[in-house]
Amino acid sequence: MVTTSAPRETTSRESAGHESAPRGATRLEEELRALAGAVPDPELPVLTLAELGVLRGLHVTGPGRVEVELTPTYTGCPAVEAMSADIERVLHEHGQAEVSVRTVLSPAWSTDDITAEGRRKLQEFGIAPPRPTGPAGPVMVGLAIRCPHCGSTETTLISRFSSTACKALRRCEACREPFDHFKEL
Amino acid sequence: MATAALALGDDALVLSHRLGEWAGHAPVLEEEVALANIALDLLGQARSLLSLVGDEDELAYLREERSFRNAQLVEQPNGDFARTIARQLYFSVHQHLLYGQLAAGDGPFAPLAGKAVKEVAYHRDHAEHWTLRLGDGTEESHARMQRALDDLWRYTGELFEPVEGLSVDRTALREGWLAAVTEVVERATLKLPDGPQTGAWTAGAGRQGIHTEPFGRMLAEMQHLHRSHPGASW
Repeated sequence: MVTTSAPRETTSRESAGHESAPRGATRLEEELRALAGAVPDPELPVLTLAELGVLRGLHVTGPGRVEVELTPTYTGCPAVEAMSADIERVLHEHGQAEVSVRTVLSPAWSTDDITAEGRRKLQEFGIAPPRPTGPAGPVMVGLAIRCPHCGSTETTLISRFSSTACKALRRCEACREPFDHFKEL
Repeated sequence: MATAALALGDDALVLSHRLGEWAGHAPVLEEEVALANIALDLLGQARSLLSLVGDEDELAYLREERSFRNAQLVEQPNGDFARTIARQLYFSVHQHLLYGQLAAGDGPFAPLAGKAVKEVAYHRDHAEHWTLRLGDGTEESHARMQRALDDLWRYTGELFEPVEGLSVDRTALREGWLAAVTEVVERATLKLPDGPQTGAWTAGAGRQGIHTEPFGRMLAEMQHLHRSHPGASW
């Protein structure tokens, strides 16, 4: 499922929890990045921030001083503030006195940034994972969306928007269960 | 740059508030959620854009009506669901094309536009689908959708007026918008309005700070909590 379009400098699309550190990262930075990356997403706690692909960078700028770059899934995503607070707390607990979390918009986050492990966990949690977006645009209609409960591909769209901006609401025609689909962005 | 950031930021902020007014009133639960989600995306854009100009809260809550630079289209009251959808169609097609252009450039709005254009694609998709359902629906929904398109038409010309600091190809924007809107409207068995797109009375002067009568009341509601309890937080 992991695509290889649009290479990015500061993120890795390696599988979950084992993000390779950016070039030039120190051991301390690698360690802190793993800690920040292990913070659960406040709205989808089955996923870590690393699996969601929103942790863009971590730099130690001085003794006990860390700068973290975070990208929002959606521009208005209210979870960003909770994510920042959680990262700060975790890094404080690991001896970093001054933690600043900066929000970066570019390059824009895409559902392709969710790791393979992240997709597996979404599915397990009852949320149909996003399909690969490809270079042509965000909305691809060609591939069927599989019901996360029974696996049927006979599913229909109920609403383009669900409990959060990142999900659409669908129903399975085979088992009749409604389910969320993490829609492509 | 500040003029353009304010214009785009106010468009997003004001429309976000209008859509938020549907909370508790939408025709079905799914639409309640959809409109709130679209409002949230717009609020996120507004926060980014207004932060380029100054303090986002001060700009949103402490400015007077005459200082807002949003186009008059976005301040128009929700009306019935058809009217909200007509406003969404006109605006989201415009915003999608505009952000597409900005994202492709290297100006100050490129990072935000590159992010937001993907979200707005869903807003546009939502508006287009509803235009089709209402236009090609019952006699009643068809009539209401046509009336809404006609009523809001005179506010659409303003979207293509030049804005200082916004470098876009306005001809391409206008032509792209007209082609896209015409296509959806005709597919929905509706008629593209043929009146003037601006000029009637003050329609089209929002960017100069001249707003329509309902906007003052909207601002009063949007701002009163912040003004009554300065510095309050929870």
